Amino acid sequence: MVHKKAGALALAAALMLSTSAFAQDKRVVTWNADYDPIPLAATEALIADFEAANPEIDVQLTNFDHEGYKNAIRNFLTADPPDLANWYAANRMRPFVEAGLFADISDVWANNGLTESLASSVLSSTIDGKQYAIPYTYYQWGIYYNRDAYAAAGVTPPGPEGVSWADFLANCEKFKAAGIDCVTTGSVAKWPVAGIFDYLSLRTNGYQFHADLAGGKISWTSPEARAVFAEFGKLQPFVTENHAAIDWQDAAAIFTQGKAAHYVMGNFAVGVFKEGGMTNDNLGFMVFPEITPGIARAEEAPTDTVHLTSGAQNPDDAKLLLAYIASAEAQTKWNAAVGQLPTNSGSTVDAADPFLSAGFASLSSATGGIAQFWDRDADAEYASLGMDGFQQFLVQPEELEAILERLEQARLRLFPQ
Amino acid sequence: MANATDTVAAAPMPRAASRWNQRKLAPWLFLAPGLFMFAVYVLWPIVQSISLSFYDWNGLYNRDGEFTGRFIGLQNYRELGTDPAFEVSLWNNLKWLVLYMLALPIGLFLSIFLNQTVRGIRLYKSLFFFPFVISQVVVGLIFAWFYAPNFGLFYLLTEWITGDGTAILADPDLVTYGIIAAGLWPQIAYVMILYLTGLNNVAPDQIEAARLDGAKGWKMLWYVVLPQLRPATFIAVIVTVIGALRSFDLVSIMTSGGPFGSSRVLSFYMYEMALGEIGLRMGYGAAIAVVLFAIMMIFISGFIWKMWRDETQR
Repeated sequence: MVHKKAGALALAAALMLSTSAFAQDKRVVTWNADYDPIPLAATEALIADFEAANPEIDVQLTNFDHEGYKNAIRNFLTADPPDLANWYAANRMRPFVEAGLFADISDVWANNGLTESLASSVLSSTIDGKQYAIPYTYYQWGIYYNRDAYAAAGVTPPGPEGVSWADFLANCEKFKAAGIDCVTTGSVAKWPVAGIFDYLSLRTNGYQFHADLAGGKISWTSPEARAVFAEFGKLQPFVTENHAAIDWQDAAAIFTQGKAAHYVMGNFAVGVFKEGGMTNDNLGFMVFPEITPGIARAEEAPTDTVHLTSGAQNPDDAKLLLAYIASAEAQTKWNAAVGQLPTNSGSTVDAADPFLSAGFASLSSATGGIAQFWDRDADAEYASLGMDGFQQFLVQPEELEAILERLEQARLRLFPQ
Repeated sequence: MANATDTVAAAPMPRAASRWNQRKLAPWLFLAPGLFMFAVYVLWPIVQSISLSFYDWNGLYNRDGEFTGRFIGLQNYRELGTDPAFEVSLWNNLKWLVLYMLALPIGLFLSIFLNQTVRGIRLYKSLFFFPFVISQVVVGLIFAWFYAPNFGLFYLLTEWITGDGTAILADPDLVTYGIIAAGLWPQIAYVMILYLTGLNNVAPDQIEAARLDGAKGWKMLWYVVLPQLRPATFIAVIVTVIGALRSFDLVSIMTSGGPFGSSRVLSFYMYEMALGEIGLRMGYGAAIAVVLFAIMMIFISGFIWKMWRDETQR
């Protein structure tokens, strides 16, 4: 016992010595994040590069468990704020901005020409004309398809130009006849159905409609909203039955086994598909088909961001690091390691990865705009009520009127007209 | 002499005072740690929840540590009245309360069945008791797989019998019953063990006397055994009611309240609204908690009243 105690004391003393030694000759930037192992390694490499270029700065990253972070950030921003904190763009950062916990970093944007290089993310980083976020990565959504399922049903796989919506639905009939689910999803966590709804909404009425609907400016009983549900209704019979009790990963298994042909998902699912045995040969990607002709194509690409906190101890050096995170070379390297897309238009992606290349091409040519995702563009509670409605419609399409009525009531309550 | 009487008269005084101290003060001293804990961890949170339910607050303090909530009076409660999700949760709580009571007769039946002396009965008893020992989370996972579409045993059974598999957890009308069935499994084991210990205390001479008088079967159970099991029944009802009202873990593990909120119960809806990633409406969550507390209070005061009556009658 005595030895253990003495050892612990010595260890504690040594730790204190070493940290104070660091503090003496280096300026410290603290950064709280919630990375999984692969992005964590990429971030540590990014920090090493930054420290090599700025030897007088020491970046101390504190990594949290992903789920725990959502609650932890609410405590540490008030109690013990780090200099930098990870969070998400658009409406998800709004509560922290409005409570004055995230700092205005418009100067970082202006001084580094970020409005040009991060042009696609200006809107999602801005609240009331000021920038509060540095976006460093996003990933595309779209339709992943299983070529083996196409072969089994005798349907011609789509070419690089994709298919039309009418052909897509006609193909769904053929898949159904062959006993294959045309579209699969697992909606226990609800957000996967929001992906499908968002695309139908973006393709039927365009980006502005999506933004206004998420912002509570459009009535759920309007003809435009009904038009989206009309398209949703055409797709509904072809979606995997019982999806409401299936996790999205379990639905990925249905997809990889060839029991389903399409999966409307984000690019992060490619790793899961490949673990399930798919390869670049039988896994395909296409953008969601056009529904209303002539509408500028908008895409979904949820963006991850870093923020300067209002309680930062060392804001000057933290801004240096933010500028570095925004730079093209840092984003190229980070995203290459993680397998996502850089937000800086000067960055490059690995040409050997067909899904990243396709995503980069699809996002950079999306003239309609970049949506964040239903649950990031809409207020949290409104988003949740909406997703309840989308899920219910996929299970009980006959309840459409009741669903629309309920959503409209929620809209009038949350956004008093 | 005057001095002497003074000292004699003065002597019992401190002794009386100290006896008074012992009689009056000592119980409070012994109660103090418990009372302190009860006040800090039970009473204070209740007061705080009730006061919070009159505010609109997203759980954040600003940089200066100031509370950012806004007083809105009874607005949260008014909103509860028109909230369809709240209504669904309330009905589901009622279903839980009623169906959870099935644990009592089934647990009684099992305990009577197991209350015999045959070889290896201890093993059978522990096997029946097993579900209560494992965590609710594990129970939830086991049943979620049991019900799982496409590969779950229950799904395959219904598919084999009816030709079309039933995915209980995907069906808004069946999902709550599916979760209650999962909850009953450990609850029955709990009630069973309560009755088993109760059966140990049933007086054998009364049973014998009843037998001599010709009582058997249902009559024996109803008029002789059950009255002697009253203390066990009382405890079993309490733990079952409380178990039904605080059903959170199974809902959270098995469905997260879905599909589209049809399996929500009050405790889960409160969590979703106040602490879940999508809610953060502390005031509204507190209002739900207050309603749940009021429902629990009906039962709790009933129990306290009964215990009080039993104590004073003695």
